[in-house]
Amino acid sequence: MNVTTHPSEGIGASVRRREDLRFLSGRGQYTDDLNRPGQLHAWILRSPYAHARIDGIDTAAAAAMPGVQAVYTAADIEAAGLGGIPCGWQVTGKGGQVMAEPMHPVLASGKVRHVGDPVAVVVAETRNQARDAAEAIAVSYTPLPALSTMAAALAPGAPLLHDDAPGNVCFDWEIGDAAATDAAFATAHKVVRFETTNNRLVPNAMEPRAAIGDYDPHSGEHTLYTTSQNPHVIRLLMGAFVLKVPEHRLRVVAPDVGGGFGSKIYHYAEEAIVTWSAAQLKRPVKWTCERSEAFLSDAHGRDHVTTAELALDREGKFLGLRVSTLANMGAYLSTFAPAVPTYLSATLLAGVYTTPAIHGQVKAVFTSTVPVDAYRGAGRPETTYLLERLVDVAAREMGMDRIEIRRKNFIRPDQFPYQTPVALQYDSGDYEATLREALRGADYAGFEARRAEAKARGRLRGIGVSTYLEACGIAPSKLVGQLGARAGLYEVANIRVHPTGSVSVFTGTHSHGQGHETTFAQLVSEQLGVPLSQVEIVHGDTGKIPFGMGTYGSRSLAVGGSAMVKAMDKIIAKGRKIAAHLLEASVEDIEFSNGQFRVAGTDRAKAFAEISMAAYVPHNYPIEEIEPGLEETAFYDPKNFTYPGGCHICEVEIDPETGEVAVVAFTACDDVGRVINPMIVEGQIQGGLAQGIGQALIENTVYDAEGQLLSASFNDYAMPRATQIPSFGVSTSTTLCTHNPLGVKGCGEVGAIGSPPAVINAVVDALRDYGVTHVEMPATPLKIWSIIHAKDGAALPAAAE
Amino acid sequence: MYDFAYHKPSSLADAVKLLAEDPDAKPISGGMTLLPALKHRLNMPTALIDLSGIAELRGIKREGDAIVIGAMVKHFEVATDPQIMAAIPALARMAATIGDTQVRNRGTIGGSLANNDPAADYPAAALALGATLITDRRQIPADDFFVGMFTTAMEPGELLIGVSFPIPEKAGYAKLRNPASRYSMTGVFVAKGPKGVGVGVNGAASCAFRQKEMEAALAANWSPEAVANIRQPANDLNSDIHGSAEYRANLVTVMAKRAVADAG
Amino acid sequence: MPQVTLTVNGKSHTVEVEARTLLVEVLREKLRLTGTHVGCDTSQCGACVVQMGEDSVKSCTILAVQADGAQVTTIEGLAAADGTLHPMQEAFREYHALQCGFCTPGMVMSAIDLVKKHPQGLSEQEIREGLEGNICRCTGYHNIVKAIAAAADVMQGRTPELARAG
Repeated sequence: MNVTTHPSEGIGASVRRREDLRFLSGRGQYTDDLNRPGQLHAWILRSPYAHARIDGIDTAAAAAMPGVQAVYTAADIEAAGLGGIPCGWQVTGKGGQVMAEPMHPVLASGKVRHVGDPVAVVVAETRNQARDAAEAIAVSYTPLPALSTMAAALAPGAPLLHDDAPGNVCFDWEIGDAAATDAAFATAHKVVRFETTNNRLVPNAMEPRAAIGDYDPHSGEHTLYTTSQNPHVIRLLMGAFVLKVPEHRLRVVAPDVGGGFGSKIYHYAEEAIVTWSAAQLKRPVKWTCERSEAFLSDAHGRDHVTTAELALDREGKFLGLRVSTLANMGAYLSTFAPAVPTYLSATLLAGVYTTPAIHGQVKAVFTSTVPVDAYRGAGRPETTYLLERLVDVAAREMGMDRIEIRRKNFIRPDQFPYQTPVALQYDSGDYEATLREALRGADYAGFEARRAEAKARGRLRGIGVSTYLEACGIAPSKLVGQLGARAGLYEVANIRVHPTGSVSVFTGTHSHGQGHETTFAQLVSEQLGVPLSQVEIVHGDTGKIPFGMGTYGSRSLAVGGSAMVKAMDKIIAKGRKIAAHLLEASVEDIEFSNGQFRVAGTDRAKAFAEISMAAYVPHNYPIEEIEPGLEETAFYDPKNFTYPGGCHICEVEIDPETGEVAVVAFTACDDVGRVINPMIVEGQIQGGLAQGIGQALIENTVYDAEGQLLSASFNDYAMPRATQIPSFGVSTSTTLCTHNPLGVKGCGEVGAIGSPPAVINAVVDALRDYGVTHVEMPATPLKIWSIIHAKDGAALPAAAE
Repeated sequence: MYDFAYHKPSSLADAVKLLAEDPDAKPISGGMTLLPALKHRLNMPTALIDLSGIAELRGIKREGDAIVIGAMVKHFEVATDPQIMAAIPALARMAATIGDTQVRNRGTIGGSLANNDPAADYPAAALALGATLITDRRQIPADDFFVGMFTTAMEPGELLIGVSFPIPEKAGYAKLRNPASRYSMTGVFVAKGPKGVGVGVNGAASCAFRQKEMEAALAANWSPEAVANIRQPANDLNSDIHGSAEYRANLVTVMAKRAVADAG
Repeated sequence: MPQVTLTVNGKSHTVEVEARTLLVEVLREKLRLTGTHVGCDTSQCGACVVQMGEDSVKSCTILAVQADGAQVTTIEGLAAADGTLHPMQEAFREYHALQCGFCTPGMVMSAIDLVKKHPQGLSEQEIREGLEGNICRCTGYHNIVKAIAAAADVMQGRTPELARAG
């Protein structure tokens, strides 16, 4: 598109967010803020066991409790003919072996497979009544051995979690050229080996999930209000596969949603439960998750165990990379789960480097834990962490500078488009530019002086660098179809120009913190030349929006915004025909810019609002050629992924006596393509950085051997707080995406993708005098102290021992 | 939460009477620990006796060489009270680190002491300063008061009405917060006072305790170096996903050093 | 059932509640003031913070009966009658200190109490420590800290108006 700049509110302006007024005045409408007339409340009884046979469920006492309207178990769900919770992605492994895809029942049937697995539902007049009654349900269980870890699940003779998943393996998959990689290793000067576990995280959006089912017995229409990032996807998955309700009888509304980070992509059992039970009881049914319940029922993230080997030549050029990963799927396959370690992770193994031969293998494993799926970054943080730690380890073993080894292996700007050995073709980037800017912003050159100053204060200071890229803007439908996706990943925009020239934009993406109502309005205002105040962005309701695939994978602007551009192109094309008629000129001579349709080279013009009025009041109108009205819909299917990247530099100080790690400086320079609203982009990056720092330093999900979740509340799962996060130095350095009309790449996940290795590289650097070569995430005080203490008792009163 | 009856007596006598009449009733002060436990249905009291209407439980006063603080005095008041800041500044500084602003605005010193959470801050201060706990029926030295995890020497129905802290010559506090809950992972309160030197430790074990080896060392030489080489045995210390017993043992030494430095 | 009288945002309300009812439940369910949110069940996240009397409190950790007779201000009660935002609300908007908006009401209420209790102004460290009881998952706190510093200047008369955020 032709981009002009309105400094105040168009592309490139830090327009203050339009959604803020309602959020700041308490007028946001989150799902739990809604109540439907006659509403009942659901409470879900969950399994206390990680793995157990259900021998019987006695609901009689519960059903007789005050206010109880219904108690449902798997028997009721099965009698009603409901389907299981579907998975949206089918991975085909080595030798054409299709993944094991066990049934994921709405309510546990026969067996429970993780602590928190839903077993029964009580629907009552009040939430307390439902909860009181749930305690009266008697479930007899026979406990079975827990499979708390992938090692336990893969052990010879381990019991099967699902009868139809032999060995508790979901799939065993590979990518790249094993023979070429072996050949590269055969010529290597050095092979560097690295093993790591990418720690399991709980997304913990601040708004707990909630869902309200409603049913109109007269029309037969079901409505689900839910905390979702993608209401159309929920309608498709729940309607077609679980409830078997056609689209025109099922409306899904995702109102204001308080953060998602991936955890609200998936179709969850509770959505089906409230929608179905509302129809059974002919009354609305509401369920609101408690935080403790969220820990046991929201999909977790990460949890990969990986071994990598890097082959280098004498000069430090990467010759080959071999990676083998175990990926925890949890107890059942969540919507995107199989795609995360494979197509969203292993395809990034080239990173920003020219490694010519790569072979990756992923074995996905069922365990008796909460299902694992995409969490902010989804697969790319895992690979980025692996590569950027591996490169640091390689630099150390080669005796090379950490920056120099990166520069030596960067894909250069003149090498784009760059075909990697692991399927992806990068379109653009300049890794040296973001590295240079970050080094400058972090005063990298001055680090050793700061380290010495810190040492004088008894603190160990370290600096760490990560140069990364990621693939987002998901994704070309044909490609993902070949890779196993069961849906297209295009996006939809419907643009309705009203008679007076105001504009309603209906987008299939969903905003749950990203500020779409502002960014998209800027985009539309710019392209159509109408004031921002005349543009409305509508999202989150299948009853209003034609279709959409939702918001995840930093796709909303790159894919959803591109759909808007395409729809606006159609609006403008039609407008030119109308203008040609009104101005008595040929269509070819009509130019459109700044909201004016003009006869080229003349001052004869019609304003946008005059054209829209003519379209709706077609008295003087080319009615034989074109229809009245001014409304267009576009489906945009991306041509490729987009490839944001950049450089993150972290500086830490360690208190050797306590092992506490403080992030004292963090500098990021990211290339996210064209920036529409710099304020929002910086905010997205800052938030991602905090999550990345959280993963690197404090966040961890811990199960015991019995499969009990030990980190099951904010008392034991460390959420980053203001004192644990530094101020950030954030900047952008732009190369444009070459294949979408806006040149945008995506900014939602880069912060969480690039930062964890920068933090750990800094921690390892801080501990360099102790001979430490690696620290697993999270680098908690306990872990750091234990490392220091084991290496040398200096932090302890060794003299006294 | 299970439902319960609610009473808000206006005198100590009425509160004691209500508690005596119903052994399953529980007193509630700030409720910062009790209410989360009730929300998780860990507890099923028949009645809650709200102590906030009882004037006798309020107030901070200096009595001779001691500061006497009413049980219902909030952490925020302790943190900002001019008499405490002048007489036992370390106690005020400690109170300013309890929980968060909103916890300090509701939580009370009496509630914290009577609950005796192993990770609560106050018990270490009470032990180190040689405080006396005052109940509706007797006075209990801190050494005898803290019996075990969530357990004190108080009998069923006995109410804490205040605590008397002898004013020390100097005192200091240092702790490491648990990265998740932000409670004390291990904290050490040190005091040099009329009764000698006290070193109270919280967070490390099932109950706050005095570190007597450090007390002796500090009595001989009040300096961080005096405790730097004293190692707390790890045997009976807490171990969880955030801190092993050995780690907490180390923290006892480190925090003791820092507390002495804090005391000056 | 116990009866509770509260003055919320200047308006008196008397409601009948079970003793186990939390203040936040009265605000949200009985008074339909849904700007006050519940983000956890361990009194950590601070999405439910309101002003009660002189202090900010977590309305998820107070029984409604304990609040009987109290003056309560919620996020809905901050703006002037003509809709003019409180300086803290204005600063959050100006400095992009909110994303999903869910923690925002509690964050704003805590921030106002923090500024009031530090009449001499606040350092960055004091602001960060003052937010100990409020968790935000979206912003990384960077802009929240900036917003509070700017609002403190306005509330305490140090600058005539907010500087535009950089």
